[in-house]
Amino acid sequence: MGWLGPAELEALRLSLRVSIWATLVSLPLGIFVAYALARWRFPGRQLLNGLVHLPLILPPVVTGYLLLLTFGIQGPLGRFLAEFGIVVAFRWTGAALAAGIMAFPLMVRAIRLSIEAVDPKLEQAGATLGASRMFVFATVTLPLILPGIIAGAILAFAKAMGEFGATITFVSNIPGQTQTLPSAVYSFLQVPGGEPAALRLVIISVIVAMTALLLSEYVGRRVARRVAGT
Amino acid sequence: MSLSVRLQQQLPGIALDLEFEAPPGVTVLFGRSGAGKTTVINAVAGLLRPQAGRVAVDDWVLFDTDQGSWLPTHRRRLGYIFQEGRLFPHLSVRQNLAYGRWFAPRGAQRESQDRVVEMLGIGHLLNRRPAMLSGGEKQRVAIGRALLAAPRLILADEPLAALDEARKAEILPYFERLRDEVSVPILYVTHSAAEVARLATSVVALQDGKVLRHGPASDVLADPSVAPAGVRAVGAVLQVQVAQHHADGLTELRAGDARLFLPRIPHQVGEHLRIRIPAQEVILSNKPPEGLSALNILSGTVEAVRAGEGPGAIVSVKTPAGVVLARVTRRSVEALGLELGQPCHAVIKTVALAPQDVGGRVAT
Repeated sequence: MGWLGPAELEALRLSLRVSIWATLVSLPLGIFVAYALARWRFPGRQLLNGLVHLPLILPPVVTGYLLLLTFGIQGPLGRFLAEFGIVVAFRWTGAALAAGIMAFPLMVRAIRLSIEAVDPKLEQAGATLGASRMFVFATVTLPLILPGIIAGAILAFAKAMGEFGATITFVSNIPGQTQTLPSAVYSFLQVPGGEPAALRLVIISVIVAMTALLLSEYVGRRVARRVAGT
Repeated sequence: MSLSVRLQQQLPGIALDLEFEAPPGVTVLFGRSGAGKTTVINAVAGLLRPQAGRVAVDDWVLFDTDQGSWLPTHRRRLGYIFQEGRLFPHLSVRQNLAYGRWFAPRGAQRESQDRVVEMLGIGHLLNRRPAMLSGGEKQRVAIGRALLAAPRLILADEPLAALDEARKAEILPYFERLRDEVSVPILYVTHSAAEVARLATSVVALQDGKVLRHGPASDVLADPSVAPAGVRAVGAVLQVQVAQHHADGLTELRAGDARLFLPRIPHQVGEHLRIRIPAQEVILSNKPPEGLSALNILSGTVEAVRAGEGPGAIVSVKTPAGVVLARVTRRSVEALGLELGQPCHAVIKTVALAPQDVGGRVAT
C-alpha cells in the first residue's frame, strides 16, 4: 500500500472499521425485523416496513439531518446516551450509525426474501417434533436462510462503504475521525492537485466493492448448495 | 391409551361439530375433501386453534376451551406424518431421524433407533440428504422421524396421497406394522377406501363437518349411508386366509366356507388377510349363473336392500364368505325381485380385486 498517502490510508482504514461495525451490529436486528415482517401479522406491520425502507427513499441528506436532530449533542437520544458517556456525534461511531441505518433496508430485504422462501410447513414439522419456536428458528429456519443472511450482510457492507450523504451531514468530514473513503474523495476533489489521490481512492473503492460482491456470490452459492443437500 | 376428540369450528362453507373416541390402533378419519378431516387433525396437533372443544389422550388434556387450557404444538408429544414428508432439507437422514429425540423427556418409552431403522428398511439411507431420496424413501424416513420422537399420539395426514400406486404399495405395509407394533393411538386421514380397508381398526366417516358413522372398518364401509363420503368407498371387507398359489398366476383364498380367486398376491400360504370388495364391482343374479368368465360366484340370501336418492341401491348378500355388498340400479332390484331372504348369487370379477385392496396381517 506504499502508493497510498497517510491520509488516504487513514480514510480506507476508517471506512473498513465503520462498515464492519455497522454490518455486524445491525445484523441481529436485521434478522429479527426481517423475520417479523415475513412471518408475523401484527398491527403496525406496514408502519415498521415503511420505517425500515425510509432511508432508501429519503434523500441521504435528510436522513443525516434527522440523525443529527436525534443523536446530536442537543438531540433527545444524544443527550440520553451522553449520560452514559456515549457520544456519537462527530465520532467514527456516528459514521457507523449513519452507515448502518442507510444499509439497513438492503439487508432486511435480502434476509426477508430468504425467510419467505422457507416453507412454514417445515417450521410446523419442527414444532410437532417437540421443538420450541426459538429452537425451530435456530435449527431449521436459520440454516435455511444462511445464504440470504450472507447476501444481506455483504450488500449492507458494500452500501456502508459507499455511504456519503447521511454521514457527512451527521458527523461531518473530520480526517481521522469521520472522514470515510467517499468523504475523502470529496475532500481531495475540493483542493487543487488532489485529483491523483482521489483517483487512487476511487480505484480502492472499486476493488473493495467488487471483492465483496464476488465473495458474497461464492459463499452464497456454497451455502445454498449445502443447505439444499445436493 | 386412547384419544378423545370434541370440536366445534365454523369454517367457510361448513360448520365443524363432532365428537369421537379413538382407541389404540389406527383410527381413520375418512371422507371427501372439504369434509373437515385436515381441520380435525390440525386441531389435535395444535396447528389450528378451534373455537370450542376438548382433546385428550387418556386423562392428559391437550386443550380444553371450557377450562381455557391450551398446550402449544411442541409440548403435545406428537408424531405427525405429513403428506409431503416435510423432511428438513439441510439435515441428513440420520439427523432428521434424531431431531425429535432431543425433546422427548428423559425416561420416555421410546423405540430404539436401530429397531426403527431396521423396521423401515432405511439403514442404507442414513448419510443421504432428503433431496437424494425417492418419494417412498422420504415417507419412510418421515415415519421413522415421527416414531423416534417418542410420541404419545401419532397423526398421519394423507401420508400416501402424493405417491404413485407402486410407492403406496411400498409404504402401506409399514403402516400396518406400525399399527400392530406400536401401542399409541394413530389418527390417520385419508379419502382412499383401500387404505381404510387395510389399515383401520376403527373408522370415523366425516361429511360436512359431522360424524356420519363411527365403528369398525367392515361395518362403516358396508353401510350404504356412508356413500356420501364417497360412493366408490362402499364395499365389504372380508377376513380371508391364503389357501394356495396356482400355477396360472392366481391366488386362492379361503373366506369362511367359500373360496375366492384373485391375481397373484405376494402373501404366504396360511397368512390371514383382509380384502375389500368394492360394491360397484359386484353383479347380482337370481339364478345360478352359467357360462360366465367370472371365477368368484358366491351364493347366499339377500339380507338388506337400501336405496339412496339416486337410481342406485346397495344390496347386502349374506354368503358363506361373509356379507358381500353389491351396488346395482333400483330398476334391477325390481326386475330381479330382490327382497329380504331371497336367494341370489353374487358375481365378483377376479381382476376387480385389486392388490391395493388386500391388506397384510389382520390386527387381532
